[in-house]
Amino acid sequence: MRFYGLMSSPLPTDAELVARCRAGDQDAWRELVERFSRYVYAIAVQVYRLSEPDAEDVFQEVFTRVYERLGQLRDDGAVRPWIAQLTRRCCVDRLRQGVRVELIEELEAGEADDSLDQLEEAWGVREALGELSGPCQEVLDRFFTRDESYRTIGAALEIPAGTIASRISRCLAQLRDRYEGRIQERAPSGGRIR
Amino acid sequence: MNAYDEERLAELLRALPPAPQAWVTAAQEIPPIRGRLDELVARAEADARYREQLIADLERALEAAGVEPSPIVLDALRERLAGE
Repeated sequence: MRFYGLMSSPLPTDAELVARCRAGDQDAWRELVERFSRYVYAIAVQVYRLSEPDAEDVFQEVFTRVYERLGQLRDDGAVRPWIAQLTRRCCVDRLRQGVRVELIEELEAGEADDSLDQLEEAWGVREALGELSGPCQEVLDRFFTRDESYRTIGAALEIPAGTIASRISRCLAQLRDRYEGRIQERAPSGGRIR
Repeated sequence: MNAYDEERLAELLRALPPAPQAWVTAAQEIPPIRGRLDELVARAEADARYREQLIADLERALEAAGVEPSPIVLDALRERLAGE
């Protein structure tokens, strides 16, 4: 896992990463997959409620298409909405193959849009997380997205387990400030992913 | 109440859990070499003797094709050969 705050140099923008991928830079490709892997996974599993085997197939199919079709992307900075669109199409195709018509109807009735809006917000929070210090990123990621216990986190980071709760609280306060600051600084980002 | 209190932030952080590492690794490794895997499988389909050699030593065949025979790549090739 890569944390922004632990990096010696700033991470490339989405557009820079895409340009490097297109030029055949394999490290850039790895970085791109790493960057958007949570996003594709969340759309498949949370929004479209695919089973793990179906989600895995979709996950691989999406990144294969991304790799093969990067040359067709008109705006390198818009790679995330493009990936979201590819993922949605792959998920719907998969649901149709499984004849899960009821679920498709539910999703078309607006449930998918609500879930995707939530993911947009989550992505913004994740970007804000990337602006925090490395230790804060790590403790929040381990606790909230990896479901690690205080004991596990304490052992991994070599800090007393009894201090984890207060660290989480402090880091969440920093995250809130950072995220709300981002919201105030800029217009709502990139729009909906559909 | 603050719109982004601890509970809401926690919910949003949890909304993007990591994908399984094996999926990520496969997505990083397979697309760039997919064309070469396709070529190997196509050749195996057309040439029974080559197919035997390929199955007998996948690693050597991959190396000969300029592909690092990592476990994920080997699995991917096995799957393709099984699903021809």
